[in-house]
Amino acid sequence: MSLTTESSTNFWLTRPFSERSTQIFLGVLLAALALVTLLHVAVPPDNPLHVGAYTVNLFGKYLSYALLAVAVDLVWGYLGILSLGHGAFFAIGGYAMGMYLMRQIGDRGTYGHPVLPDFMVFLNWDSLPWFWHGFDMAWLAFAMVLLAPGLLALVFGFLAFRSRVTGVYLSIITQALTFALMLAFFRNEMGFGGNNGLTDFREIVGFDLRSDATRLGLFLATGVALALGYILCRAIVTSKLGRVSVATRDAEARTRFLGYRVERFQLFVFVVSAMLAGLAGALYVPQVGIINPSEFSPIFSIEIVLWVALGGRATLYGAVIGAILVNYAKTIFTGVMPDAWLFALGAMFVLVTVFLPKGVAGLFGYLKRRKREEQTTDPDHQHTSKEASA
Amino acid sequence: MSFLQSLTQRDRVFDFMAPQASPVDVRHGPILYMEDVTVSFDGFKAINNLNLTINDGELRCIIGPNGAGKTTMMDIITGKTRPTSGSVWFGSRHNLLHMNEPDIASLGIGRKFQKPTVFEALSVFENLELAMAADKRIFPTLTARMTGEIKDRIDEVLETIGLTALRHQPAGILSHGQKQWLEIGMLLMQRPRLLLVDEPVAGMTEQEMERTAELLTGLAGKQSVVVVEHDMGFVRSIARQVTVLHQGSVLAEGTMKQVSMDPKVVEVYLGDDDEEAA
Repeated sequence: MSLTTESSTNFWLTRPFSERSTQIFLGVLLAALALVTLLHVAVPPDNPLHVGAYTVNLFGKYLSYALLAVAVDLVWGYLGILSLGHGAFFAIGGYAMGMYLMRQIGDRGTYGHPVLPDFMVFLNWDSLPWFWHGFDMAWLAFAMVLLAPGLLALVFGFLAFRSRVTGVYLSIITQALTFALMLAFFRNEMGFGGNNGLTDFREIVGFDLRSDATRLGLFLATGVALALGYILCRAIVTSKLGRVSVATRDAEARTRFLGYRVERFQLFVFVVSAMLAGLAGALYVPQVGIINPSEFSPIFSIEIVLWVALGGRATLYGAVIGAILVNYAKTIFTGVMPDAWLFALGAMFVLVTVFLPKGVAGLFGYLKRRKREEQTTDPDHQHTSKEASA
Repeated sequence: MSFLQSLTQRDRVFDFMAPQASPVDVRHGPILYMEDVTVSFDGFKAINNLNLTINDGELRCIIGPNGAGKTTMMDIITGKTRPTSGSVWFGSRHNLLHMNEPDIASLGIGRKFQKPTVFEALSVFENLELAMAADKRIFPTLTARMTGEIKDRIDEVLETIGLTALRHQPAGILSHGQKQWLEIGMLLMQRPRLLLVDEPVAGMTEQEMERTAELLTGLAGKQSVVVVEHDMGFVRSIARQVTVLHQGSVLAEGTMKQVSMDPKVVEVYLGDDDEEAA
């Protein structure tokens, strides 16, 4: 792991821009966004290089998963908190967006009610539950995308960290949290559409969700959100607070003894991570067109951790690579042989654990180290080979 | 003395009226007084009428067989254990029995535990950075910048503990001895007045011991240092003043030479040790 300190004289939010890894990451991400846009817009549909609206949509989904993985890596990689419940924050962000999209449908629903969403009419409710009010306003809904998961993480984290619950016990209660929320959201009387969740969305801030242009816009917005989320996380982990987090991860009692209020640092990072997960969920929902309680399922939260482990923990870009790789593989496998997907996921996990214990990102670190060693141990050889090539 | 009596005492101001963040007063010489301190755990007296005075800038070694009360004594000074009776003063102004652990630490008493704990994933430099006395709340920590002043301070400590060349290495690759020095460096970053060092050379090689001896004797003068140690060879090499504890009270005090010739000391401690060594 490389944490730079001595260059950290500049303002904490702009610090990541002077890092090589962040520059490369942002470069690759922006190039990918530009390439997909170009191939979608400028290349005619009959050309084999054309990227269709379906694929753009799919990539957008991967990018929102990547942002979710970055959020998990922030708490797991740098703070040592293995959250097996981050799917809950993702889903809550998604529900906040879903509620906004439901209210946008207006009277165009199947039952044509001017205010009530279809499922409420179906359940014979005559008015909106209190928590649905205001979700027709975009600014409020978008604020709730961050605030609702943040508040849940604040309350949950406050109780957990104050009682010094860490390690495997914390993992278990985060798992319990998401499971409890799943059961709650399955119930019709919760007012979130029960089993079916929220769907049949029409438009987002005035743009038709079914048009190709909106899909491209959502894809690009997700890419930008990923870039900003990545920069924020990178700014946090390269600050002194990031080093306190790593210290907490490795020796919590010692950090406390140095005078840091460890539980507050844990709470801060956990809440930031939950808000990023909520944002990822909010970007995911309009692209897949539905949010239902299955996003709360414990399996999904464990899968996120798998992405991060595969990509490489405590690097942030590893989480992005892991999320995209696994989900791309999932898309291919579930298309070609759906029954084999879980076996393939298991095989990937075993292979990475055995051959790449630090994940795919660990491979980069290894190659970089080897290159440096070659340069330092064998300067003559380097010199002569340069001469020979010249 | 009861609480009421203390209220009618006319020769001093009430505690609540005394200025809070007053500097440590060492005008009379000693930085630490312990007077008639007794600690009993269920009737067993771990510390029994202990009297000990450490002068400002002094390097003092405390030796004694197992169970002599060395660790309990450290616990009392740092506020971890409350004595049953007696008084403990830091300088002539601060009554340590009225303060809690963090307050005592911020007043300038640093303690190094037996087992070194450093942050292995962080570099030597970063370990010292985190240990530095600073505003340790969340947002000041998030926006903290590396100033030239901080860097100089860290460089100075790196020089003192002899790890300048390893500053960018992760602390995890350090040897056991180097970790002990780093930990002493982390204590120094907090600018303590009094350093309590518990068995610094346990598990060290001969060369590492020599280096540690140099380090600790170099600190004395600037800081007061109290070393608790089992290794007699090491104590001989650094000690100017030695205190021998036995069954919770001071058995003998003086230079290493005086102490090692004291027949009582030879009987309870040094004799055994030499036999073991032979």
